[in-house]
Amino acid sequence: MNSGGFWSMGGYARYVWPCIGFACAVLGWNLWSARRSLRAARLRAGRALAMTSGESR
Amino acid sequence: MWTWFYKLASPPYVYRVAAALMPWFLGLALLTIGYGLIGGLVWAPADYQQGDAFRIIYVHVPSAWMSEFVYTTMAVAGAIALIWRIKMGHAVAAASAPIGASMTLLALVTGSMWGKPMWGTYWAWDPRLTSELILLFLYVGVMSLRSAFEDPARGDRAAALLSIVGAVNVPIIHYSVVWWNSLHQAATVAKLGKPSIAGSMLWPLLSMFLGFMLFYGAVLCLRLQGEVLNRERQSVWVREAIKS
Amino acid sequence: MQVGARQAFLLILHRELSLSFRRPEQLLQPLVFFLIVTTLFPLGLSLQLSLLRDISPGVLWTAALLSSLLSLDSLFKSDADDGTLEQLSLSGQGLTLIVVAKTCAHWLVTGAALVVVSPIVAIALAIPVAAFATMMLSLALGTITLSWLGAIGAGLTIGLRRGNVLLSLIVLPLATPLLIFGAAATERAVSGTSAVGPLYFLAALCVFTCTLAPLAATAALRITLE
Repeated sequence: MNSGGFWSMGGYARYVWPCIGFACAVLGWNLWSARRSLRAARLRAGRALAMTSGESR
Repeated sequence: MWTWFYKLASPPYVYRVAAALMPWFLGLALLTIGYGLIGGLVWAPADYQQGDAFRIIYVHVPSAWMSEFVYTTMAVAGAIALIWRIKMGHAVAAASAPIGASMTLLALVTGSMWGKPMWGTYWAWDPRLTSELILLFLYVGVMSLRSAFEDPARGDRAAALLSIVGAVNVPIIHYSVVWWNSLHQAATVAKLGKPSIAGSMLWPLLSMFLGFMLFYGAVLCLRLQGEVLNRERQSVWVREAIKS
Repeated sequence: MQVGARQAFLLILHRELSLSFRRPEQLLQPLVFFLIVTTLFPLGLSLQLSLLRDISPGVLWTAALLSSLLSLDSLFKSDADDGTLEQLSLSGQGLTLIVVAKTCAHWLVTGAALVVVSPIVAIALAIPVAAFATMMLSLALGTITLSWLGAIGAGLTIGLRRGNVLLSLIVLPLATPLLIFGAAATERAVSGTSAVGPLYFLAALCVFTCTLAPLAATAALRITLE
């Protein structure tokens, strides 16, 4: 069990917690950035389709 | 027998499979990472020498492993695309690059934070740290090269070649602690035979490894869908895929 | 007239060298850059001669690396611009032969020149004469490897906007082992200990690169040319 104290991490809190925080930030960024690029790709594909269907009319 | 391989080359198949698998990957990833973090931060006992600072291992080592694994995947996917002209290989490579770069950055930063209490310094020019930093530069080089071409197909091929050339760096990172007297710790988990780490510390770590791999799978599926759409914009099947 | 491989190699080598010597100012630029950069360090740091000796191997090697980068752009660019490269690739001699010949010529006018000029720079950096042999050997091995890494990078970046910057971005990470071992070899020679270990590493890197880089550079050119 964590005997050094959960928040104080046995005195190493200022090293451990920023690491955990940065890890969560990186994981979060990955999800956010991937969703964003997928949305952008969908928009671009939709626009390309709209152009071609407009031309064929 | 090889039908599954050829199916992987089909863009609509890849798009559908990626969309279907993503939630599963993400859900399992969150579960395993959750268990790993709680197990590592709360349940595992403090290390005899390093105290509670060793808990950084639960994010540092999985991210370092992922930085190497994702680069290798990117290089292999690029090689498959170049050799067999399977364009989906380029899609996988392009999707993987930013993920791998972020993992490398995470490994470098968490390693640096761990180095301060342990070795007394935020940075040292020892073989493993140096080659991991080079890996970050390689990722940036590959991404920059891909985007520098006006013709995306040519950019894909150039980036694939560069990632293959740079793949030489990955074994150097991995074995640097074996080949040279390095400040960085040698392998404790991936040795053949009994790992030299206590069980209560080991299981959360393995869970984090699995969690990061699954997370990579989830983000890859998301990015892969976007990459496929970008490359196949003009195709008929895209019309139906967008509408749904 | 059927031309054998050896003849074709010598012909292209001769062509490259003649073209290079037609514009001697172009040849001198990297060398002058090398000289200027190495003088910047002692001037900027205003160190005494004895302290200079500590940093001089690293300074020498970093300057050599950066000067070599300058000249890499010219490896394929002018031929690609006027279409000669495509003509050569269609000549039936095989693109690899052409790439090998061009890279050899490039090394002769840049890397080899750097090795020859290095004693002058070494004196300015207070490197003892006893270390010259090791220093020049390490630079020779290193610049050969660098010419090949540069050939791959140049092949990938021909005709790109900001291709110069991208070329450096690609080549420098791959060249860091060269810097590490080259500076280590020179540093050991300066301090009087045996430099055999780093020299062996440099030689191994050189052989490895000379074997595989021609394939990679040819593939790079095919990607750019097609």
